[in-house]
Amino acid sequence: MKTIQPYTPREIMTIMAAREIKNGDIVFSGTGISMLAAMAAKNINAPDSVIFFETGAIDSLLEELPFAVADPRIMYWAAANSRLTDAFATMQNPITGKKVIAILGAAQIDRYGNLNTTCIGDYHSPEIRFSGSGGGCDVASFVPRCIAFMQHEKRKFVKKLDYLTSPGQLEGNNSRQKAGLRPGGVSVVVTNLGVMRFDKDTGKMYLDKFYPGITPEKILENTEFNMDVSKATLADPPTKTELTILREECDPQRLILD
Amino acid sequence: MTNSLNKVIPLKQAIEQYVKNGSHISIGGFTINRNPMAAVYEIIRQKISDLHLYAHSNGTGLDELIGAGCISKLEIAYAGNGKAAPTCIRFARAIQNNEILFEDYSNYMMSLRFTAGAMGVPFLPTLSGFGSDILTKWGFSKSMRRSDPKIVDDKLTVIDNPFGNWTGASKVVLVPAINPDITIIHVQKADATGTCSMQGLAFADIEQVKASKHVIVTCEQLVTKEELRQNPDLNQIPFIHVSAVCHVPLGAYPTAVFGHYDYDSQYLRKFAIAAKNSDKFKNYQNKYIYGAKDHEAFLEIIGQKRIDTITADPRTGYSVNMKRD
Repeated sequence: MKTIQPYTPREIMTIMAAREIKNGDIVFSGTGISMLAAMAAKNINAPDSVIFFETGAIDSLLEELPFAVADPRIMYWAAANSRLTDAFATMQNPITGKKVIAILGAAQIDRYGNLNTTCIGDYHSPEIRFSGSGGGCDVASFVPRCIAFMQHEKRKFVKKLDYLTSPGQLEGNNSRQKAGLRPGGVSVVVTNLGVMRFDKDTGKMYLDKFYPGITPEKILENTEFNMDVSKATLADPPTKTELTILREECDPQRLILD
Repeated sequence: MTNSLNKVIPLKQAIEQYVKNGSHISIGGFTINRNPMAAVYEIIRQKISDLHLYAHSNGTGLDELIGAGCISKLEIAYAGNGKAAPTCIRFARAIQNNEILFEDYSNYMMSLRFTAGAMGVPFLPTLSGFGSDILTKWGFSKSMRRSDPKIVDDKLTVIDNPFGNWTGASKVVLVPAINPDITIIHVQKADATGTCSMQGLAFADIEQVKASKHVIVTCEQLVTKEELRQNPDLNQIPFIHVSAVCHVPLGAYPTAVFGHYDYDSQYLRKFAIAAKNSDKFKNYQNKYIYGAKDHEAFLEIIGQKRIDTITADPRTGYSVNMKRD
């Protein structure tokens, strides 16, 4: 029996991600659902968070939803329109970088939160080629907190990535630090089924929350690697207020929510 | 003196003069914004081939060039064309069908590589990419690198921080400089000497220009030197870097130019649909690229009505409430 929830999977994903954003955070945003999560946080729980784009625009007034990080809509009423070298320096420099939380998407993720946005199959002769790193590898290298947005499917939650584009905990334990990276990378994974986090010592992904109507077993069925589900609890569903603000203020035309 | 500094020439001539078969090239803009599209279409019309393209995040221009078979080698961080094609379609096909040689970097790595080229140093350090396949998987083989003096011998290198643990970094990734033969950018305003004033985000245009042996600037408005000297603070590129200036209104269409026009989402979608099918793509190219003798003729096919739709609102710099497919 399937219970109909009073929200869509996209809506609960957006709200779960928005709750990760704290007041004063600088939110490194892409487009689509990640942008919507950044806007939802600003309108609901983190009014003083700042939306920031790798192209160099910071604190833009988003009167319309942008469809690309180079959309002219992000250049309007920004605190500054700069350039790529500035934007990435802001994240590499720990003075500002430690305030940055990134929202990323990927084709594949492994148990250590490493991401693949490059290809499926052999790198030189892939079955499917994707867009590539963009700024993903950079931000996953630099900043302490990253949210990964994923559809929860076995072919996406894999034992071994076809290509490691953006570093998470690499091979776990302290391999990230050994390789030369700062603490950081993907720290939380938000999917259409639940919310995953990473063990501080082993670097392994564990189930933190499962959504109403979803069981930990279902999440394991959709994950290729083993995952600790023993600490998992039921997620607090989106509140009426959260949903109203998301629907009426963030995406009234349902450009992304549909 | 004024005469010798007049760099204004027709676009066709600028491409003939500076873009050759086998040139190492970079183009300005980012995905669907401020691509020098008139220049891209002219390169395609002139059937220039075997280009080596350097890109951070490229979109429309890159995919047209790949689709037309102009590019044989590519160093890139990201290929996407906005909502119409989150991964550039001809780019993905060319890689999946082994039609081009390619090598992946990140956006910061590519931006720093242009910066190193602009600074005249062999490399710059970053803390990006440790442990990733970007460091370990090379698109260009060692033997190919050694046999081509225009390609650096190694992709990326990791060294211990020579200053101990200074600033908390134990190691750094070194990214090698890029010095393209030619960079082409499209800007809002330029004067005849080549001084440029851009509005909105500069992306990595400034670094790309300063790293390059030759530079073609196409511009929306060709203005007087006096106008640009009134507000030097608004000029990002001084004339000394620029080889040629071409006055091409709507020269970035179908990509956006902040303050002038939006991207044409309908056109980008039409391009994406055509790009998925070889016959449709040939028809598309024959109609819009080869079927137009220059950018002005191309814009006549697009029609004034479409141009009016994408024209920017002066307050916001983009087309407000435009229907976006």
